[in-house]
Amino acid sequence: MKRVKVEDISRPSEKLSELRKEDFKPLPADFADPEATPEFKPLSDEARQKFEATLDDTLALSLPKPKSKEEEDELVARFLSGMEKLFSEENNWTFLQPLLLSMEHCAACHTCSDACHIYEASGENPIYRPAYRSEVFRRLYKKHVKGNGGLLSAWRSGEIELNWTTVARLAELAYRCNLCRRCAQTCPIGVDNALIAHEIRKVFSQEMGIAPREIHLDGSVKQLRTGSSTGMSAEVVKDNIEFIDEDISEKTGLSIETPWDKHGADILLIHNAGEILSWPLNPGAFAVIFESAGLSWTMSSEIAAYDGINYGVWYDDFQFARVAIKHAEAARKLGVKKIVLGECGHAHKALTVIADRVLTGELNIPRESCMVTFWDLISSGRIKVDPSRNDFPVTLHDPCNLVRLMGIVDPQRKILKKIAPRFREMTPHGVENYCCGGGSGFAIMSGHNFADWRAQISGRKKLEQVLNAFKDELDPSVKKYLCAPCSNCKGQLRDLLSYYDVWEKYGILYDGMAELIVNCMTDVEPGFIEWEWH
Amino acid sequence: MSLILLVTYVSAGVFIVAVVSRFVKYASLPIHLRWELYPVAHEKGRAKYGGSYLEELDWWTKPRESSLIGELKVMIPEILFLAGVREHNKNHWLRSFPFHFGLYLLAGLIVLLIVGAVLEAVGIAVSREAGLAGRAIHHLTYIVGWVGLVLGLLGAIALLVRRVFNASYREYTKKADYFNLAFFIVTFVVAVAAHGMADPYFADLRSYAGSLLMFDFDFSARPLLAAEIVLASILVAYVPLTHMSHFFTKWFMYHGIRWSDEPAQRGGKIEGRVEQLLKHRVTWAAPHIRGDGKKNWVDVATSDVVEDRQQ
Ligand code: SF4
Ligand code: SF4
Repeated sequence: MKRVKVEDISRPSEKLSELRKEDFKPLPADFADPEATPEFKPLSDEARQKFEATLDDTLALSLPKPKSKEEEDELVARFLSGMEKLFSEENNWTFLQPLLLSMEHCAACHTCSDACHIYEASGENPIYRPAYRSEVFRRLYKKHVKGNGGLLSAWRSGEIELNWTTVARLAELAYRCNLCRRCAQTCPIGVDNALIAHEIRKVFSQEMGIAPREIHLDGSVKQLRTGSSTGMSAEVVKDNIEFIDEDISEKTGLSIETPWDKHGADILLIHNAGEILSWPLNPGAFAVIFESAGLSWTMSSEIAAYDGINYGVWYDDFQFARVAIKHAEAARKLGVKKIVLGECGHAHKALTVIADRVLTGELNIPRESCMVTFWDLISSGRIKVDPSRNDFPVTLHDPCNLVRLMGIVDPQRKILKKIAPRFREMTPHGVENYCCGGGSGFAIMSGHNFADWRAQISGRKKLEQVLNAFKDELDPSVKKYLCAPCSNCKGQLRDLLSYYDVWEKYGILYDGMAELIVNCMTDVEPGFIEWEWH
Repeated sequence: MSLILLVTYVSAGVFIVAVVSRFVKYASLPIHLRWELYPVAHEKGRAKYGGSYLEELDWWTKPRESSLIGELKVMIPEILFLAGVREHNKNHWLRSFPFHFGLYLLAGLIVLLIVGAVLEAVGIAVSREAGLAGRAIHHLTYIVGWVGLVLGLLGAIALLVRRVFNASYREYTKKADYFNLAFFIVTFVVAVAAHGMADPYFADLRSYAGSLLMFDFDFSARPLLAAEIVLASILVAYVPLTHMSHFFTKWFMYHGIRWSDEPAQRGGKIEGRVEQLLKHRVTWAAPHIRGDGKKNWVDVATSDVVEDRQQ
């Protein structure tokens, strides 16, 4: 593979790095031969002409090419102004200390490289090293924000040139990282390359208004305006849930009705609204569990409060804060005792951990993971289970946000050990897990050939892990369950497994935790899980 | 020869000022949003698998159990043996560990020299023939000093060789990094020569430490010893001015970020600090923020998103 130096990012060329299938890390099972894997769809000529596409062979942002040198210079100036703000307390107190520490102390030991699934899967493409984009940004910071760009700065911090090529490539490169922080876990010094990618995204979004359409305009903006990034208004979401309730009641033989806007309920349950549209069995299963256990709970039809997503956590502090405040505000109005987060990893982390120092006063309402609630209900016997109903191979995908980023590791394992007799772990798992490849917004990004990139590069390691977890039972006649208690991970796994035709070839289905629990509840009709591809 | 003492005093001063000012700089930065990374070493009973207090039902009603021993169990092997690098990057560890451990031993050597000098000042001889304390210091100084020098030198050479000949490392190595390693190597070589040719037991260095303590500016040294002292003094002053200051800023990386999991309480200290920060005025220019320098964080975060642009 072609070597790429840090300073090369500033040198105009057709492509900084090329993605070739034969370089990618070989997969197990029938995919060992690169020929047996799908083709990586090339970017169209039209896209290359229209957008800044000189980083690699895909596009996450689709930045239109500036029309003149003046426009380029103007964009570079805005980038620089954003960088300056990023390092000021007023504009970025939220992450200033971690950012400065990561800017100052990398020892270039490359320990982080081996931890990154993207770097590994790409066949060690130099631009996907966790430290690559960080080093570009660090040099820019030292030259243009901290220093005066003199010779001493280059001697101390390395060469870099700030021009439009650098800025355009860096913008794309900020979206070649899942923000999974696996690299940060291994850094002997504590440098956090994911944080740096996150902060670069913020410069583009908060100063220049540049972010992927899927996570900004069609994501957080839509959620704040209509109530959900799915576009569902309060009426529509209630209709959909009513429909799900009917369906689930019929399926389970129970009478299920989801409570809405119930003042004084103990629990406000917030789902990722994507579940309601794409995986309706999941919110249905929650309702079955909560109702059967006799919990006092409700959902809210306030704007944003029936959709737990908070995409701002990946690229924009202000969008993040706006959504977190809406979530907490809804809970405050209802007077609930706690918010329980449905199966969505980033929603968990955003509201429980990151928003902890945003939600002050009455907005600081306790937040709890549904994994904890589920385990309490199962271990206390408030819902009765018959594990023999789950007599099929099961493995668990750990959403990074749940494990590495908030330390919820054990409850889901206790549940699976109790309800899934043929449960086996992936290697590695828990806090050392690998991202599904959809983290930080990628799961919902499929413009141009980005879906190919997700399946061939960022999701490759997960596919390897899934196939290896079931390697003794790959025969498609044995139906297998990949439990992924996170909506975004499920979106990525759906795309990943279907890209490689894994359901047809190996009989591996993915779904959530709640469905698996209801599938073995004794007061529910058997056969809750639907063994067909969805 | 008083000039050598002056160099050492000034260097020690620079070292202290640099460390303290960096420490104060990082410590006085505003509180940041939580960004912990598991395993968090002080999570009692949970650190071994990376769990947190958030695994508890109604966690906010229960006491949080923090374990100092848990932290020490991670910190000691991490600091002394670079456990993380050993686990995740063995090849690098084989070079980095001797270098760092060598430096720890040399820091130990300074302590031993000072202790020895104090003993001598109060009339307790330090030598092979001296009493128990003097004899122990004599032998310890010899072992710690030589092992430190040899490990440090070998490690620094191995690191430099890797940075020069391995392309992946070379591409990330700045001219200053080569200079830094070369600086260490030259200092170690001069020290090895100074004590290999004469003074293998570091007795002359101990007298120098005595002169430093007594402000005895009459100290005279052989040229090699003088070179060693000057180089080592400047190195001590130089290290905290560079990214090598990670030897103490790592404390913030771990305690201030990775392990900083304290939840905010209504009306609590964290909330108070956050409320102050939320008053900062913002100037971010993107259309969904329109920071005009008048609106503060609360104004923006509680305002509707107004936006109708391309991306
Ligand atoms: S980020 Fe950490 S692990 Fe990665 S190269 Fe820098 S010091 Fe090494
Ligand atoms: S955060 Fe994850 S995806 Fe991003 S560089 Fe680190 S290991 Fe790779």
